[in-house]
Amino acid sequence: MSEAATTTARSAGLIACTRCCRVFAPGTELCSRCGAPLSSRDARALQRVWAWWFAGLIVYVPANIYPMLITRTLVFSSESTIIGGVIELASHGDIFVALVVFTASILIPVGKFLAIGFLALSIEKRRFMDEHAQHRLHAVVEFIGRWSMIDVFVVAIVTSLVRFDAVATINPGIAAISFALSVAFTMLAAQSFDPRTIWDE
Amino acid sequence: MAEGVIRQQGGGNGPPMNEAELESLRACPHCDALYRIVPVAPRERAVCSRCGAVLIAPRARAFSRIIALAATALILMGAAVFLPFLDLSASGMHSRASVLDAVLAFSRGMMLPLSVAVGALIVVIPALRLALILYTLAPMLGGRPPLPRAPQAFRLAAALKPWSMAEIFLIGVAVALVKVAGLATVTPGPAFWAFCGLVVVTVLHDDVMDAETIWQAMEDRRDARRARRAAAADGPA
Repeated sequence: MSEAATTTARSAGLIACTRCCRVFAPGTELCSRCGAPLSSRDARALQRVWAWWFAGLIVYVPANIYPMLITRTLVFSSESTIIGGVIELASHGDIFVALVVFTASILIPVGKFLAIGFLALSIEKRRFMDEHAQHRLHAVVEFIGRWSMIDVFVVAIVTSLVRFDAVATINPGIAAISFALSVAFTMLAAQSFDPRTIWDE
Repeated sequence: MAEGVIRQQGGGNGPPMNEAELESLRACPHCDALYRIVPVAPRERAVCSRCGAVLIAPRARAFSRIIALAATALILMGAAVFLPFLDLSASGMHSRASVLDAVLAFSRGMMLPLSVAVGALIVVIPALRLALILYTLAPMLGGRPPLPRAPQAFRLAAALKPWSMAEIFLIGVAVALVKVAGLATVTPGPAFWAFCGLVVVTVLHDDVMDAETIWQAMEDRRDARRARRAAAADGPA
């Protein structure tokens, strides 16, 4: 296999900067080109991943229980959760938009928890997947994670737009905060992960 | 894709390398594979042969193009924030929202932190990132050396990239429009189009941006200035 033959900065006894890719002699602490701190592998990276992962999971619970939007009109008042919002959109016939919201607020966050947990476990224990697949999974999680923020922005726009004082107002619910935090925490978890460790023996 | 533009560095723990040899090496930031760099022509790409990450992708006249695009995006951001964004009308009633209103949607009570976060994600961070890139590159036009804290600025700009969510906000707007469509008629205002322009310009900007080119230019020019100063100090004596 060609992978086995790949020389890495580490196997050559050097330290690489992950910010600007420059390579330095062992023992160098700061990158002379971009000024970033150097480490061959960050031993505490995995600890940070788990910390952000758990924090994200904890705030994801209230995000699903409490209302995201509180609608008040002359005739009725309703509260909708994340799932409620998706069902409401689908029942109005906006299947495509319902799918977008479902993907961004439910599929991506849940998938992200599974993927980051899975990656962290396979680094700690043994491989369940080959390096290329793991690497691709990490790249996808990093790329797609930020898109979960869509629902928070939807709440921001809808609530700022629909204010016909007495007649109809829409207010944000507490779930908006915990959902935004959950997205941010899982983004930090994905960023804390050091993908170089996927390829280490 | 110009693979093999970069060659995998031969293995083994040979004798310790000197500074010049180290300077010609690059490691993939994603998988640590070690390469010896060779010149990459504009529009060619050097790709990590193991994990597929794009390592070098230079563009012709990159500096002036990046500066022009970043400045354009900043101006569009100004327009997007202050002009009316969406106009809502339902049975004779009007409601108008600017991007600033969307940011302030959470500003009451407990939701204040979220208001700050939304403002940061869609306005402050994208604008700050563009400003940092301008700070790094604009003084370097015409072959001049970078400003004192340019590496820190450029590093921060790279770190802010995932948190710059203007394009995600735009998708959020689209979903929100569908949500209120049954309730009222919505007309997009000038800020809406400015925001669309901003997203397009940012995509173009990120496409022209090649970090390796910029880091190398910063290092070379800093070294050159240092050498000139050293020569000037030695000269008269």
